[in-house]
Amino acid sequence: MVKEQKDCKQIVIAPITRIEGHAQVTIFLNNDDAVRDARFQVTDFRGFEKFTEGRPFYEMPSITSRACGICPVSHLLASAKACDAIVGVSPPKTAIMLRRLMHMGQLIQSHALNFYHLSSPDLLLGMDADPAARNVFGLIEKDPELVRQGIRLRKFGQEIIENVAGKRIHSADWIMPGGAKWPLTKERADYLIANLPEAQESTLKTLALFKKMLDGFSEEVENFGNFPTYYMGLVTPDGGLEHYDGKIRIMDKNGKVAAECVDPTKYNEFIGEAVEPWSFMKFPYFKAIGYPDGAYRVGPLARLNVASHCDTPLADQELKEFKKLGKNGVVQSTFHYHYARLVELLFCVETAKNLLEDPEILSEHVTSKAMVNNYEGVGVAEAPRGTLIHHYKVDPQGLITWNNMIIATEHNNLAYNMAITQVAKKYVKAKQLQEGMLNRVEAVIRAFDPCLSCATHAVGNMPLDIKLVDADGKLVDRKIR
Amino acid sequence: MTGKVRVATVWLSGCSGCHMSFLDQDERLIDLAQKIQLVYSPIADVKKFPENVDVTLIEGAIANEEQLHMLQKVRARTKVLVSLGDCAVTGNVTALRNAWPHSDKAIIERAYLDKSDLNAQKPDQVPKLLVKARPLHEAVKVDFYIPGCPPSADLINYVLTELLAGRTINMEGKSEYG
Repeated sequence: MVKEQKDCKQIVIAPITRIEGHAQVTIFLNNDDAVRDARFQVTDFRGFEKFTEGRPFYEMPSITSRACGICPVSHLLASAKACDAIVGVSPPKTAIMLRRLMHMGQLIQSHALNFYHLSSPDLLLGMDADPAARNVFGLIEKDPELVRQGIRLRKFGQEIIENVAGKRIHSADWIMPGGAKWPLTKERADYLIANLPEAQESTLKTLALFKKMLDGFSEEVENFGNFPTYYMGLVTPDGGLEHYDGKIRIMDKNGKVAAECVDPTKYNEFIGEAVEPWSFMKFPYFKAIGYPDGAYRVGPLARLNVASHCDTPLADQELKEFKKLGKNGVVQSTFHYHYARLVELLFCVETAKNLLEDPEILSEHVTSKAMVNNYEGVGVAEAPRGTLIHHYKVDPQGLITWNNMIIATEHNNLAYNMAITQVAKKYVKAKQLQEGMLNRVEAVIRAFDPCLSCATHAVGNMPLDIKLVDADGKLVDRKIR
Repeated sequence: MTGKVRVATVWLSGCSGCHMSFLDQDERLIDLAQKIQLVYSPIADVKKFPENVDVTLIEGAIANEEQLHMLQKVRARTKVLVSLGDCAVTGNVTALRNAWPHSDKAIIERAYLDKSDLNAQKPDQVPKLLVKARPLHEAVKVDFYIPGCPPSADLINYVLTELLAGRTINMEGKSEYG
């Protein structure tokens, strides 16, 4: 897919902004200045898989949560589930309900963050708007009430996490192998229940706003990462939308199930990881097809593609409408990640309501206690951005000897490169380079909502310095912003 | 925009949790927007760190050469530089790798050579990692520290409010590590 190209012109966009992490894009040009190829490069690395060696397994949720401040709950859950497997016990039903509830909070806050804080400046102010004001503070100046709605929706998600687990970010004190440390009080449940109607109303308003805008973005729908790939996500035993448990389903571009991984410990029979020398983010691929043709996508778009239904009434209605956008119900434009994210947001609000209104959520039995019984454990969860896998091995004392983490954002790596190449070919005119052209390349990345602090467990940082260099390495044009 | 305090936020080697806690100020962000101009941030599109910044909050430790250069540039262009969160203040989780003598090599070999199915190799067209991850004050002068993993939104709001008002900040009983 991407080859070494030393003797051609390049455009570098760095850093990509309004994504969760820092990365750069390099666009390669032919001699006639037409875009030949593009690369999405991730530029830093922290090394969780190494430095967790020797730590007691029960510390793992707390440490690995620090892989990401945006979806720490997903790491807490995948990690706790891997630890559940090591102690070999099933958490009490209420603990699982509370973990699911916390996860709904995570998805709500993260999806609201992407839409309101990161992507809406493009969608509402415009792809070509002044970059100095094209951010959430700029949007506050233009439409404070809309931003307030987004802020409050994200806040509701964060408050679910805070009320269940004691803290909004890195709430690792609460979760433990075998369940959770404390139950949910009625006062806290009642507080959340009281805020549900506003959250649901805001979500419906956001969906309506987005659908109304959609007509104006038909060109983006057509050109923003619009191509067939495989899709992967968790589903319930009967094929419904799932974020905490279930089986991993891989679906082909025609909507046919290509593989199902019922036992998540066997994940490495289905997916492999390749390395390229120009990025810290690895390139997972579907093993049955190979690299790089086994490119697959994860996250909201993939989850709605692999799931047949949601099991909540309002989201099911929206899902039906959403699936009409694609052939055989498979929606392939990356731009529709935005749409899928909002449908999921509705599902999460409805599911949070179902969980909170079930009296069993208040049971005080939330902990199963056990020692190390197994020397290996795998935990899988659907993070906001896709399937997250934690895989640990421990010694008899429970100290970690080996750790493998496959992060949601990584799965999409092949697709990022395909998507930015498509957008660059469509919009970037090297002879009259304009900021808005490059912002569209960034915008398709924002649609995926990548979380690079997760994916490489780190970030880099560089100014945007676009250099247009000719085949002899001579500077032809330069733009700095 | 004139008359507003010029504020920047920078994200080095960390998890973005401190930036999320900044956003956890929730509706207070709308009030903040009246008083500050966000001149550089991961959530804004300005890509070159500007001159004459009044306050810069920095999340994360220094883990590679590019981040070190960035930090030095930020210091030169900022009046009040604030270490935001435990990674910036102490190195925290980012510095857990320092237990290995050549931790830069150890973490790369583990991730890219030992556990890849295809093309196992060390990425070399990427920024060079420092041998150890370091807190900010080992490289530049830091004017103020906000510990926490992450610091709470209330604490961040308190510090910003006091800084904007030109008052002396009293962290007694307000801040804690972890």
